[in-house]
Amino acid sequence: MSGLILSNVTKQFGTFKAVKDVSLSVPDGTFVCLLGPSGCGKTTLMRMIAGLDLPTTGSVALGGEDITQIPTHKRNLGMVFQSLALFPHLTVGENIAYALRIRGIDKAEQKKRVDELLAMIHLPGFADRSVGKLSGGQRQRVAIARALAISPKLFLLDEPLSALDAKLREAMQVELRQLQQRLGITTIVVTHDQREAMTMADTVVVMNGGEIRQAAAPVDIYRRPADSFVADFIGSTNLIPFQADDRGQASIFGSTIEGFSLVGAKAGTISVRPEDVQIVTEDASSVTGTVAFIRDLGGTVETFIEAGGQQIIAVASPRARPDVTIGQTVGLRFDPETSVVLAR
Amino acid sequence: MRREPPQRFPDYGPLMFPAAMLVVFFVIPFATMIAVSFFERQQGGFYEPAFVFDNYGRFLSLFFGKVLAFSLFLAMAVAAACVTIGVPFTYLLSRSSRGTQIRWLVVLLSILSLSEVMIGFAWSTLLSRTAGITNLFAMLGLMDAQALTPSFGAVMTAMTYQALPYTVLVLYPALVRLDPTLTEAARTLGASPVRAFFTVIVPALRNTILATLIMVFIFALGSYLLPQLLGRPQHWTLSVLITDQAIYQSNMPFAAAMAVFLVLVSLSLVGLAVYAGRQKEAA
Repeated sequence: MSGLILSNVTKQFGTFKAVKDVSLSVPDGTFVCLLGPSGCGKTTLMRMIAGLDLPTTGSVALGGEDITQIPTHKRNLGMVFQSLALFPHLTVGENIAYALRIRGIDKAEQKKRVDELLAMIHLPGFADRSVGKLSGGQRQRVAIARALAISPKLFLLDEPLSALDAKLREAMQVELRQLQQRLGITTIVVTHDQREAMTMADTVVVMNGGEIRQAAAPVDIYRRPADSFVADFIGSTNLIPFQADDRGQASIFGSTIEGFSLVGAKAGTISVRPEDVQIVTEDASSVTGTVAFIRDLGGTVETFIEAGGQQIIAVASPRARPDVTIGQTVGLRFDPETSVVLAR
Repeated sequence: MRREPPQRFPDYGPLMFPAAMLVVFFVIPFATMIAVSFFERQQGGFYEPAFVFDNYGRFLSLFFGKVLAFSLFLAMAVAAACVTIGVPFTYLLSRSSRGTQIRWLVVLLSILSLSEVMIGFAWSTLLSRTAGITNLFAMLGLMDAQALTPSFGAVMTAMTYQALPYTVLVLYPALVRLDPTLTEAARTLGASPVRAFFTVIVPALRNTILATLIMVFIFALGSYLLPQLLGRPQHWTLSVLITDQAIYQSNMPFAAAMAVFLVLVSLSLVGLAVYAGRQKEAA
């Protein structure tokens, strides 16, 4: 089997388990984002893929070969660090050529490849500049070019864009994704920014507490979150508790809801995205609530509704602005199509 | 915060005290020594003001040339040994746990509390035939007990031992500040840990290493007790001869002339090293 395969990888620091029994398969040429809050184990997982940390148990395979025990410098990968780790004593060109120099490739070849890479990152003619005199975005590009110098099989990036300002970050996300598609290189990015993950990835791997909570395409992660953590972490959502009777008929806050058939569950949570909450005139098939606050952001209108002792947010475009006022009693309807019943 | 250079004379006020201390305890004694180096010696241990070059002329001989060359060579060798041991040691120290770092630093600082005399006698015992470390090897049947002192090796060992704590203390802050991901980046790019150390850590620390070399060199140049305690007469440095002339031969003008000459030679060597460093940086 080709691609990157992690099998039951666990990493323990003393008594603390940073990564718990993680298995993941990354097919060749795909772009994967490891996404999660800080301390969720995503960076540790990446360091084990790079060989900078050894897994306590489990194995890492690349291209059908077990590389768990292969030291980092023999893995032929490219990695961009959060700090970028550009070598301060070398010029831009020497930084990019470092991996080639280590492999004993002759000078003329090195220079040719450096020029190619500089053209690729839109910094032609920068070879003799000192890295200390580059802007943040330029340093970022140089770090990427340095990691790609040997055309590695695997490209790893650890929070690569976190030091850039918001606007540049968005531009670099698009650029990085286009670069990856052009080169067709298997890429893994660690990030805590869900917009970044949604922009770039083929597969988003959401992690928390050292475990993978869900690994799926960005749209599926958003539309079909596997659990309440994923639903809450990706975008914003309303998590609403429900009960079900013997026939599988669901009720929320005491109102019976038609259309939900819940097999096997007595109680649980449904996740409804704010844009999927419909505000209707109160009737038998809707949940009753009171409008508490309306926030008009110009591009969107957020309506905060108190129902069953919790706040539910509905988002609409200004054209579809709900005709309600603060203090008004309204009905809320959740479409079974767009609501997700969560296991936990 | 923007710092403005002092504008008016009172702005220099805070500098008065250190400047006065520097004048009283450094500039005046050093100027006196320069003056004395031109004085004429009187039989009986005194000297009278004069302006003669005899004192300088006297060591334009093969003997003093050899001593000077040996002194410079010894100081350079000690500096090189200290940096060769100190850089890898401090690098590993800076990557170890906090507790380990503190324990090592305490041990190194405690070496600084030992006087040169104690260090000298401790090593002369350790390297002696009757009580030295060779007895341990003799017990293991590896070799016969033998005296390792007086010898050049003994002088080198003790001087390196004495200068190593300074070396580590100068290198430590620079190595701790060095981004640990630099080595990791080098490893992901295909460099083995040893290769990464020589292609990334050492060049990135070039200026610190040069400064350390100069510091240990000057420190070792002033050593006059250890060469006498642990070396043969041919291992005596210019500092030993200066002490000998000043204290035992009571020839102050000649001692002063040698001291001034030593300062000039070492300053020009330091200047040369700094210049070479700048050149390489600009290139």
